[in-house]
Amino acid sequence: MNVSLLVDGSLLAMIVVVALWTIVVRDSFAAVIGYACYGLLLGFAWVRLAAIDAALTEAAIGGGLTSVLLIRAVVRLRSTEASTQAETPGRPQRILAAMLSAAFAVALGAIVLALPDPAPSLAPQVAEHIASTGLGNAVTAVLLAFRATDTLLEAVVLVYALVAVWALTPDRVWGGRPGQKYDADPNGMLAYLARLLPPLGIIVAIYVFWVGADLPGGKFQAGTLLAAMWLLAIMAGLTDAPPISRRWLRVALVAGSMVFLAIGFAGVPLAGAFLSYPDGFAKPLILIIEAASMVSIAVTLGLLVLGPPERSEHS
Amino acid sequence: MSLLLDAWTIVTVSAGLFFFLAGTIGLLRFPDTLTRLHALTKADNLGLGLVVLGLLPRVSGPLAALKLICVWLLVMLAGATASQLIARVARRSEPSE
Repeated sequence: MNVSLLVDGSLLAMIVVVALWTIVVRDSFAAVIGYACYGLLLGFAWVRLAAIDAALTEAAIGGGLTSVLLIRAVVRLRSTEASTQAETPGRPQRILAAMLSAAFAVALGAIVLALPDPAPSLAPQVAEHIASTGLGNAVTAVLLAFRATDTLLEAVVLVYALVAVWALTPDRVWGGRPGQKYDADPNGMLAYLARLLPPLGIIVAIYVFWVGADLPGGKFQAGTLLAAMWLLAIMAGLTDAPPISRRWLRVALVAGSMVFLAIGFAGVPLAGAFLSYPDGFAKPLILIIEAASMVSIAVTLGLLVLGPPERSEHS
Repeated sequence: MSLLLDAWTIVTVSAGLFFFLAGTIGLLRFPDTLTRLHALTKADNLGLGLVVLGLLPRVSGPLAALKLICVWLLVMLAGATASQLIARVARRSEPSE
């Protein structure tokens, strides 16, 4: 009891300190590293709360992928950073910002304190009906059966984010390859790692995807792993980023949402409602949706990190 | 027998924690990038390795033990690669004499 209190207490203290440091530190690169540590610590907090699904996602997306995106943003903004920091806001502006932040904090605190106790929960209903989905993991059952509309919209939002990134492409390289060309030593450490790790990473990703039915895991975590392996191979110079005009690439991007929508609309005549599954077919249909979504998520996340096209197809 | 196993776990995990502590102090106190990396690898290789060794008799089966060892090997691989890359950048940005 006391030991677990000590662990939780020091974890909480570390989360608060890292969060404060991330805000206070002036160098934006240091702030991003702080943010990555913050994501990993939050992952530990989810583990302590026995929410392994959330912990896996937080570590992969919050700690890993978002930090990579932010590091790229920092590197691009470095040339303008000094001039931005030289501009100090005037006193009224600072006072206004402080008042707004304080008001927000007070409102947030009031809401947290006013939460009903016990919290409203749909967990008993989920536990009662989970057998009809053929799944063992309640999180997957909620994501793919009881609240599948939310998951469908999330998948669509991800593609929209990529469209927004692609919108930054200069006209002359539209349809070209994203990012710079990575020129790593073909016999160096990075190339060695990029040859050794992907087979292992792909097996772990398929495992995480497959156990998602009954244990913590699922398409999002698996897709992130696949994206990481793909990016590793690209950054080590073993393969090049594909031109964004490729047909297979576009198909892979929308495959998850399209399969999800097709099965969703098929549910209208067959099971009586959008995104409801016919009796006995819930698990295989969910598996098909998850597999297609995993591919789409992996390709989308990888391309989000690579950024908008910067060179033509033949460079 | 169980007393012996307990003693084994306590000794190896404590030794592992000692290496983590030493690595952290080194990371904070050493003067330049290369020595700091040197301190860090002690925590990854020896510290985590000893903790894994200490936990091996506690796991439920051979599969869980294999997973623990895989975690250690993967951390060593990632740590070694990352330190190589950081050390290369540090050497390049060093003023040439």
